[in-house]
Amino acid sequence: MIPLNWYLIVAAALFSIGLYGVLSRKNAVAILMGVELMLNAVNINLLTFWRYRAPTTTAGMAFSVIVFAVAAAEVSVGLALFIAVYRRFKTIVTDEIDLMKW
Amino acid sequence: MTAMQIIFLITAVVTLFAAFRTVTTPNLIHAALWLILALAGVAVFYALLNANFFAVIQVVVYIGAIAILMVFAIMLTRREMRDRGKQTSGRWWWAAILGAVFFAGVTWMIEAVALPSQPTAAVPASSIADLGKALVNPNGYVIPFEVASVLLLAALIGAVFVAWTRHNS
Repeated sequence: MIPLNWYLIVAAALFSIGLYGVLSRKNAVAILMGVELMLNAVNINLLTFWRYRAPTTTAGMAFSVIVFAVAAAEVSVGLALFIAVYRRFKTIVTDEIDLMKW
Repeated sequence: MTAMQIIFLITAVVTLFAAFRTVTTPNLIHAALWLILALAGVAVFYALLNANFFAVIQVVVYIGAIAILMVFAIMLTRREMRDRGKQTSGRWWWAAILGAVFFAGVTWMIEAVALPSQPTAAVPASSIADLGKALVNPNGYVIPFEVASVLLLAALIGAVFVAWTRHNS
């Protein structure tokens, strides 16, 4: 059987890569991709702890379902926002969208 | 080393490499395709965790819907098909340092805690049925479930409203 900490380390690596993507990318859609990687890392952790610590209960799975739903909602609203921003500014490079930067 | 562990390690390498390419490749369409590979690797992890339902949901929701939505958004928000210039901000090394420090800290924390290498019990055969019942059970998770439903509806309406073309303004 696979040790629990292998999953946790892979999820931590995935989360860190996503964090790097969120902080370093200039394109808004690429930033959202980093967020997706982070959400996936969280979901791996939730399901790993469910499998290893409480496989007979449903709490871990219920949490995971909610994370999936929130991720889907977040992506749909985020991409709609980017399309609206693109329509107004003709770009979604975050450096150039500085309307609220003072 | 068992076959499961070998499958796990191969999947981990593929997933992390795909994730790394997702955040580093300058071409956004390629980034979306690498993202699909990384999400497929995560689906394999779910299957290894005996969470078969979530492996299927991962493929349907993430790869089938979210990644394709990303490809649409990339194609709708580019003036030309090629991405010009640098795709990372000037202070990308700060992000790299932060990511490395975060990973090192979390790994140190994981290694400091004694974690089991074996699950406490097998997954019951009725786990998906139990999940379905728990999600609509008033003593279970019906409130989070309904809140998630309302959130999805609000996101649907909000996305349509935000991306709406107003011809008269």
